[in-house]
Amino acid sequence: MSAPGPTANATARDLAARRAQGPHTSMFLRMLMRAAVLRRGRAASALFAMVVAAAVATAMLNLYVDVQAKLQREFRNYGANIILVGRDGASLPADALSRVDAALAGRGIAAPFGMIVARTRDGQPIVVAGTDFERVRQLDRWWSVSNWPIPTSRATDKSVRPTEMGHPALIGVRAMPTVSPENQEFDLTFQGRTLHVTPAGTVQTGAAEDSRIYISLADFVDWTGIQPSIVEVAASGSPDEIATIMNQLTTMMPSAEVRPVRQIMEGEARVLGKTRATVLAAAGLIILTASLCVLSTLMGWVFDRRRDFAIMKALGASGRLLNGFFAAEAAVLGATGALIGFLVGIGIAAWIGRVNFHAPVVPRFSVLPVVLAGSMAVTLLAAILPISLLRRVQPAVILRGE
Amino acid sequence: MFVRLVYESFRRQKRRKLLAGAAITLGVTVATAMIAVATDIGDKINRELRMIGANIVVTPQEDSLDVEIGGVNLKPPTDGAYLSEADLPKIKETFWQNNITGFAPVLPVNVAVEKNGAKQEATLLGTYFAKEFSYGKETYVAGVRSTYPLWKVSGAWPGDDSRDVLVGERLAARLGTRPGDQITAAGRTLRVSGILSTGGAEDDQIVGPIAVAQEILGKPGAVRRVYVSALTKPEDALARRDPKSLSGPIYDRWYCSPYPQSIAFQLAEAIPHSHAEQIRQVAQNEGAVLTRIEGLIFLITLAALFASALAVSAAMATAIFERRAEVGLMKALGAGKAAVASVFFAEATLLALIGGLIGFGAGALLARQIGHSIFNSQISIPPVLLPVILAIAVIVTFAGSAAAIRKAVGLDPVFALRGEL
Repeated sequence: MSAPGPTANATARDLAARRAQGPHTSMFLRMLMRAAVLRRGRAASALFAMVVAAAVATAMLNLYVDVQAKLQREFRNYGANIILVGRDGASLPADALSRVDAALAGRGIAAPFGMIVARTRDGQPIVVAGTDFERVRQLDRWWSVSNWPIPTSRATDKSVRPTEMGHPALIGVRAMPTVSPENQEFDLTFQGRTLHVTPAGTVQTGAAEDSRIYISLADFVDWTGIQPSIVEVAASGSPDEIATIMNQLTTMMPSAEVRPVRQIMEGEARVLGKTRATVLAAAGLIILTASLCVLSTLMGWVFDRRRDFAIMKALGASGRLLNGFFAAEAAVLGATGALIGFLVGIGIAAWIGRVNFHAPVVPRFSVLPVVLAGSMAVTLLAAILPISLLRRVQPAVILRGE
Repeated sequence: MFVRLVYESFRRQKRRKLLAGAAITLGVTVATAMIAVATDIGDKINRELRMIGANIVVTPQEDSLDVEIGGVNLKPPTDGAYLSEADLPKIKETFWQNNITGFAPVLPVNVAVEKNGAKQEATLLGTYFAKEFSYGKETYVAGVRSTYPLWKVSGAWPGDDSRDVLVGERLAARLGTRPGDQITAAGRTLRVSGILSTGGAEDDQIVGPIAVAQEILGKPGAVRRVYVSALTKPEDALARRDPKSLSGPIYDRWYCSPYPQSIAFQLAEAIPHSHAEQIRQVAQNEGAVLTRIEGLIFLITLAALFASALAVSAAMATAIFERRAEVGLMKALGAGKAAVASVFFAEATLLALIGGLIGFGAGALLARQIGHSIFNSQISIPPVLLPVILAIAVIVTFAGSAAAIRKAVGLDPVFALRGEL
């Protein structure tokens, strides 16, 4: 079968000397190499099966680990999951928002709201809210707004628009016909003070917002002299991280009541849990199938080499050596396959993340040892199983091709 | 002769056939289960998302503005229009009756609450808890217990015909009420059956049967709003178009797709003098989350199909490779390439059909098991899928065997028989 090596005849004596002294590493390695090179086709197909299995396993485990973070991001679009309210309807301290921002430290977004009941010119009561449009735009993405009031700074205010123009406001779609049926400017009064308002756009949400008028917080405070009483917070992270943020907020602001929006949090937890369980079940099934694919390919490969096995045994190789040889071969194959497969799998996971979540799935290197160990275990099993069957057979029987 | 060859091959090589068959069965099992899960996951997750609350609200058409801050209604009680309670069963008589998982009417009234001398202004929210309706032969239950399953009550839920109420936890703390206490609201004595915790505005309110609220308001049969929980399809470009601008078949398609918009549209048609609208916070995000999860499971299912196809081909390739000697013998006896290939293909088809049938059954069981353990509900497979799955099994088995068969029939019989390959 195997062609004699170039050094076989010429330096037989040297070889014998080296063999007597050193361990059999070089011969062992050569056998491993030759086995892979001479039966390229079969070795390649076994390696291919291994790579595919490892890639699929890596991609699935990576997705399983990452799906929670990805979906949590989606759930943040539901808006606030924590609400800070001044105790007994009181206003929050003026620096409440900056304190909340400090507590969040980039792990979410917060928007302040102040609310009063004002009267229109014909005496109808209407809720007017002051808020930060830039923040609301990020926090409450489901708001359908025809045109956000452009947040111009006070300095540019006077240069850009004439002073007689009103303060820009976002009008709820249901409030629109009452206060400004022709999109004209109008006046609101609160405790004897009047605010001249220019509709900038409409807001539609299907909820209470539709009946309100939103103005900028600066205008609101100027007009009413009231500080915001509500801060809505969309904190991102796992339930534990959110609980930590809530604790921080409670200790930071004793004058405020910190309430979780349970509906959102519990709904999120349930959907995440079920999705992860489904992904896990699917990953289990896929990994099982892929492992069996590897097992059958490899076992075929090893069975195929029963002649090598018989020759080695006939030449006097011990059972331990034979086991070691096939096991080493399997381990090398498993490790190589796992490494290549890991890289491919990360690529697949990143692709799925881009296609489905529009954000790449972060490679989790914690998955690598699991995939590596799993691959080696499967390949070892695939090598050892046929060998232990063959060991009971006489080499002569195999060599005669029976 | 051909039939006998195939028959004998199955009879004599039971172990090998069993191995290849097992691979096909497993592949088909995984494929079937994953396809079943993927087709049903949208519905299952949709139901989970319904926990977050109603996604459509029905209001009177000519309603005055709501004046509401933090769940406290500041609108004069005489103001505004009402829906009629008698019209509510029509919700379940629309085209979307199977998509509508629940509805709850609400009627808020401002009351002065008294408990042991402590006085407090509060909102009493009249609603259904779990009211039974019958429609034709079917009965269904409507009320907040189905539209808001995350509401927690310590104590007992009130009956819809009783004079029991739930007190929100923050209001209860202020009043010092416990389940079983009596409170006075707007001069009427009511029994507190439980303390309600919702994490929303209801924590500051009293929630009671709608009849009590109607009685306090003096308007029998009045309903302020109806919250409807419906299974919807994620919004797409068609959903956002104005139904008035659509014509003919496009309008029909819009009307007959369960978009939040079209369900709202038909609810407004069904209930006189009403206006229905999606609650964007719930409906919009639901669509986004649903699209993501469905997309993810779809891609995973593709991966599963790919893995099972590979497993089947690997098993077939190994099985055929082991039979080189047989091929050599057949060819030495004068069989042509076509004859050899057809024997192998016939065997592959037979294996695929048997494995596919068993796998389909096992996959259905597996899908059911997944449905039970994860979602607590059935995942069933439409029998229509069987021929599709069988066809896929045969195609994959063919494709998997093709390379190996091509190689086998191309062998020189001499080498094959001597086992030197």
